[in-house]
Amino acid sequence: MVKQDVAVVGVGLTKMGRRYDSNHSELAWEAIKELFDKTTIWIDDVDAVVYGTMDPFDGIASPERWDSSAYGIARGAGKPLVKVTTGGTTGMSIALSAYYHVASGLYDIVLAVGTQKVTEPVEAQEVLNIAVDPLFDRHTGVGAIAVGAIQASAYYFDYNKKIEEYMAIVASKNRLNALRNPYSHLKLKVTPEEALMAPYLIWPIKLLDSCPSSDGSVAVLMASDKVARKIFDSPAWVSAVDYISDTYWFCCNKGLSFWNSLAILARRLYRKAGISDPKKQIDVFELYDAFTIQEILEYEALGLANKGEGWKLLEEEATYPYGDYPVNPSGGVLSTNPVGVTGLWRFAEAALQVMDNAGAHQVPNVDIALAHAWGGALQFHALALLSRERKLC
Amino acid sequence: MEYKGYMIIPGKWEIEYRYAAGEYATKFFKGLMEEKIYGVKCPSCRRVIVPPRKFCERCFVEPSEWIEVGPKGELVNFVIVYRKFHGLPDPPYAIGLIKLDGADDSILHFISEVDLSSPYRALKVLKPGVKLEAVWAEEKKGMILDIKYFKPIETG
Repeated sequence: MVKQDVAVVGVGLTKMGRRYDSNHSELAWEAIKELFDKTTIWIDDVDAVVYGTMDPFDGIASPERWDSSAYGIARGAGKPLVKVTTGGTTGMSIALSAYYHVASGLYDIVLAVGTQKVTEPVEAQEVLNIAVDPLFDRHTGVGAIAVGAIQASAYYFDYNKKIEEYMAIVASKNRLNALRNPYSHLKLKVTPEEALMAPYLIWPIKLLDSCPSSDGSVAVLMASDKVARKIFDSPAWVSAVDYISDTYWFCCNKGLSFWNSLAILARRLYRKAGISDPKKQIDVFELYDAFTIQEILEYEALGLANKGEGWKLLEEEATYPYGDYPVNPSGGVLSTNPVGVTGLWRFAEAALQVMDNAGAHQVPNVDIALAHAWGGALQFHALALLSRERKLC
Repeated sequence: MEYKGYMIIPGKWEIEYRYAAGEYATKFFKGLMEEKIYGVKCPSCRRVIVPPRKFCERCFVEPSEWIEVGPKGELVNFVIVYRKFHGLPDPPYAIGLIKLDGADDSILHFISEVDLSSPYRALKVLKPGVKLEAVWAEEKKGMILDIKYFKPIETG
């Protein structure tokens, strides 16, 4: 039960990428400093902190113990701290948990924050391989890329033998978008033709169909309706959030070529928010596209395209920043992936778009933005709608 | 080591573990040592779950009926690893979802004895529905790799 409305009143981002200039807690501090440099309130005004990261990318078990002093918990009487971790959805789980803290009426000002260093492990896929079960799956070396490749392979056989050509368009689109985002990791001016010529990592996924390993930290300040406008005069209201879970055993997952669980979640969220036509009502989408095929699957699950036809939106350039449904104008996860905070960045980007604060990649006239993350072995999805108006309908 | 004047301190985790296989996987792995593959049938949805698990996550009940499945089956889907990832097996190799005869779910395993030198060549042989059979390791250790890999069954 929502006891009070919740708004985003501030965002702090670090430059993402290979951040060997900064240790884990310094990177946490950088996002916090940027947030409070731009905000009228101060760390001591924060009631509680929600933190997340995906262990053990950083080679530190429980890095919250090291980072938490950067979040002000060591000042004075300290603050309550909750840590959440749900694989790739971690960042959105941070956002949703912070939202629950405020919406429940228990707290008025909550800091949602995450820090992750994915460039520090020599091979990120080796870390992801220890996230699968040690008895039946780990021997295959399966990590995130293999999981994305299974989706692409399923789509290839079920719907479109030329899907790699459309994946290459996504690869190009999002890398070009990232050129306008100063926080992005990869800065690649790449054409679909070049993406198509890149070597295979895991068929059907090629080098440019895959996200990079990135370091980064994101901090988002959320506040109740009682105080939000006192902190920031045009906040981004969190108008609806939801989360869905599916089986761990992705071999049993029936949604490989169509993301069933995300489609169910989207319908649930739209109903809750009174969205009857997402194509018309949602102005911009920040989606978790760790692999190009996933953005295409997400078009279909979110109702932007029919089942098996998501690739058609790329022919029409509908999801380019100037199209009818801009997807990942920030450059998305394909350009930057500090895994455990990536979802919080999607949430923050959606907020910045409705606050008219996204900078050079701002999409004009955004009233409603959708943020998404997936995680686990295709297991979890989170969605959040952010809006300029406090009430959508 | 330094990167643009900033120091980088090397690190490594070498932690040994002892994973409990648990009740159902123990029976499954002991079966593999005798070249038998077991699943369990959910009493509620009647699904044959392989590898066997102590509970059906859909029906929230404990299956107790053990059923031998395979060793033949069919390919549901596959991918081919071409890049060397540090600490992971050497490429090229194919990983498939395999639905064993008599099972309702797929298992994840290697597909071998196929020309993987290019996806084009591999796709001449590998596609959903292709019949496969388990190739057993000569020396069994009571682990998933007692099945070395699956290979396409020669037809004609």
